[in-house]
Amino acid sequence: MSLNRIINSKSFDIGKSLLAFNLRYNGKFVPHPPQYRCFRTQARSLAYAKDLFLGQINKAEVFPYPEIGNEELEELNQFVAPVEKFFNENVDSKKIDEDAKIPSETLDGLKELGLFGMQVPEEYGGLGLSNTMYARLGEITALDGSIAVTLAAHQAIGLKGILIAGTDAQKEKYLPKLASGEHVAAFCLTEPGSGSDAASVTTRATLSEDGTHYLLNGSKMWISNGGFADIMTVFAKTEVVDQEGVKKDKMTAFLVERAFGGITSGLAEDKMGIRGSNTCEVVYDNVPVPLENVIGEVGGGFKVAMNILNSGRFSMGSSGAGMMKKLIEMTAEYATTRKQFNKKLSEFGMIQEKFALMATNAFVMESMAYLTAGMMDRPGVPDCSLEAAIVKVFSSEGSWICVSEALQVLGGLGFTKNYAYERYLRDCRILLIFEGTNEILRMYIALTGMQYAGKILTGKINFTTACLSVADHNVFKTPTVLSSSQDSALKLEQNVYLFGSAVESVLYRYGKSIVDEQLVLKRVADVIINLFAMTAVLSRASRSISIGLRNHDHEVLLANTFCAEAFFKNNYMMTQLQKHAPENNDASIKKIAEQILEKRAYVCAHPLDRTF
Amino acid sequence: MSGRVLVGVKRVIDYAVKIRVKPDHSGVVTEGVKHSMNPFCEIAVEEAVKMKEKKLIKEVVAVSCGPQQVQETIRTALAMGADRGIHVEVSAKEYESLGPLQVSKILAALAKKEEAQLIILGKQAIDGDCNQTGQMTAALLDWPQGTFASEVTLEAGHVKVVREIDGGLETIKINTPAVLTADLRLNTPRYATLPNIMKAKKKKIANVKPADLGVELASKLQVLRVDEPPQREAGVKVESVDDLVGKLKEAGRI
Repeated sequence: MSLNRIINSKSFDIGKSLLAFNLRYNGKFVPHPPQYRCFRTQARSLAYAKDLFLGQINKAEVFPYPEIGNEELEELNQFVAPVEKFFNENVDSKKIDEDAKIPSETLDGLKELGLFGMQVPEEYGGLGLSNTMYARLGEITALDGSIAVTLAAHQAIGLKGILIAGTDAQKEKYLPKLASGEHVAAFCLTEPGSGSDAASVTTRATLSEDGTHYLLNGSKMWISNGGFADIMTVFAKTEVVDQEGVKKDKMTAFLVERAFGGITSGLAEDKMGIRGSNTCEVVYDNVPVPLENVIGEVGGGFKVAMNILNSGRFSMGSSGAGMMKKLIEMTAEYATTRKQFNKKLSEFGMIQEKFALMATNAFVMESMAYLTAGMMDRPGVPDCSLEAAIVKVFSSEGSWICVSEALQVLGGLGFTKNYAYERYLRDCRILLIFEGTNEILRMYIALTGMQYAGKILTGKINFTTACLSVADHNVFKTPTVLSSSQDSALKLEQNVYLFGSAVESVLYRYGKSIVDEQLVLKRVADVIINLFAMTAVLSRASRSISIGLRNHDHEVLLANTFCAEAFFKNNYMMTQLQKHAPENNDASIKKIAEQILEKRAYVCAHPLDRTF
Repeated sequence: MSGRVLVGVKRVIDYAVKIRVKPDHSGVVTEGVKHSMNPFCEIAVEEAVKMKEKKLIKEVVAVSCGPQQVQETIRTALAMGADRGIHVEVSAKEYESLGPLQVSKILAALAKKEEAQLIILGKQAIDGDCNQTGQMTAALLDWPQGTFASEVTLEAGHVKVVREIDGGLETIKINTPAVLTADLRLNTPRYATLPNIMKAKKKKIANVKPADLGVELASKLQVLRVDEPPQREAGVKVESVDDLVGKLKEAGRI
């Protein structure tokens, strides 16, 4: 493993010098073989992925794989049956796509089934489902993209604000009708001028003269359910006076009813996919919003928005997996019957590769989604925003690639509207864009982790009684992971360990300006995404073996295959992160982009041009 | 009259699943296969719940015979609107040989014990396709029967049943207590909504053993072998009637 040695030596040099600096500063002599790592004990070590940035695996967080009780599982299976039945019998996805509308009978059926209030507590008329159960039902609703997005826009983000930051009065007033579906909710943050840059919204809420209500003015764009939502969570800038008496503009979250008046919805957008989901502009013209309709604190809207978005993201993993499992069935039916060159398609290597890809991706998506959901369902308030973002990035891109491959298996037939593949592909594309674009999420993943690592690492410089400890190298010494995956577990360990040093060296090299180095951060994010995925599959496979689940050998195969591939990809990316690494093309890439964007066109002379 | 209706529900392999025969030809593969309530039983439950909603009867009791798993099916019936359930415990081994005769003895005993006014069953189960349980139950109880019902009207002391028969539709009037079996067009069963499933958790399912009802489960039938239906062969086109007759004679059909 010469690659690893290079990484080791360079990082260790830097690491050593860092530690040496630390120790000279402290004036104490402590022996420091390269493996020693300094960390501060924290009250809440509930973060799993964050600690990977320090080269540390928090075994207890992710092993064993989260389980739900027998009673809960029975109840869940009971829930799954009627929902599946409904989707099989009453949902005509083709028609929904063609008409760009979900028929009202279908919506009514969904409301009756109780699908509009899945996470609303029972006392307000909802089902009070845990994150795990919500994810499970998400596997079924994902069978129709438009319905999945309509439901998610209503409850995963639309009414979530009330659930997580609302007062009891607000909950009592609004939740019951939202849970039954009598009122539909929408989440209104994005504006024509502020997409990814959410903090730059220009919609304003000014306090009225008599101080009894706010007046809302502005316009929002790309609002799902915007055409008919009765209750909207709207984010607007309000003037707040901070402690020093300085007036500042801060974002506040408001609960706005269409009934307040002054709200107009634009025409529905004509979209590439999820055409049945209503997306439009919403304009607010002096809409009166009572003071008691502020969600959370005045000026605390950004945090509310981020918490809402973070809490719903993980379900994309299970939705993607649900869709992939269906596609695998459909595609396999075709591949095992269609013959060319007197052989069934399923006998050809390149076709088999596609199925392996689909199965592996579905396996990883499932494992990650339920691991994250399980972590989020633990008592206390675990901060799983990082893990949820990882699940979203992996699942959106995984789904897009796998649906494309499934379509490819069917060839020309896959390209026609007679089959569902092209619709699934069109519906999938939005996954990489909404709920935080994958680019933004990669930045979030990398920067959050690095900020955490940086704090800890600078902490060890300032912390006078430096606590040094041996990094727990043989994390998997005790049989957390069973023997058949021992190899993969070692790969994960190696990767994590090297990742820790890579992060340290990158932080040291760039310092605060790391924020601008997107290509570096992209690699960091990609590695951590792979690491979390590897953790999830190993945890799940171990549990399956130890309890003897059906087909656990296949799971081990999937887990090992994924880990092997991810291991090498990670090593390559971490090599690219090295200072002056020849594998790193970033400088050239930036130069190309500069030259093209300067001329706003393709710059080369035509190949047929002459100079004489 | 007690105003109580007994509805029998059976847990069968889901209708959409592709059935496969076990390698030893002793039966079909049931392990890990999706099961759900027999579609005709769903129609039966729906009819009973509709009667209760119209206040024609007071209580709907869902009954199922089998091992532990049939409780799922009873719960689905409770979620559709049944008031309570009865699980007649039959071990997995005995369940393999449980047929219409034994089930009808159990249902007859339960009907007497619960003083039921009506027993509504599905006309047949999609796994056995026996189409016997309803008829046998009525015979054992010496009650009138309204089978293949596509329309049921409950009136004081009797039931008007429109039956689907080969020649068309037949309307009969029978006295209660009676046994009815539901046919496809009787109604469209409702979905067990998730809120109702949660409410159904609080409803009771009583456990009963066949011995408590005085029923012997021994079967006089034994399954010798289960095979898949023969693969459908391609047909042959013939030019004339003589050719057709010739081919039929060749195949030994005439």
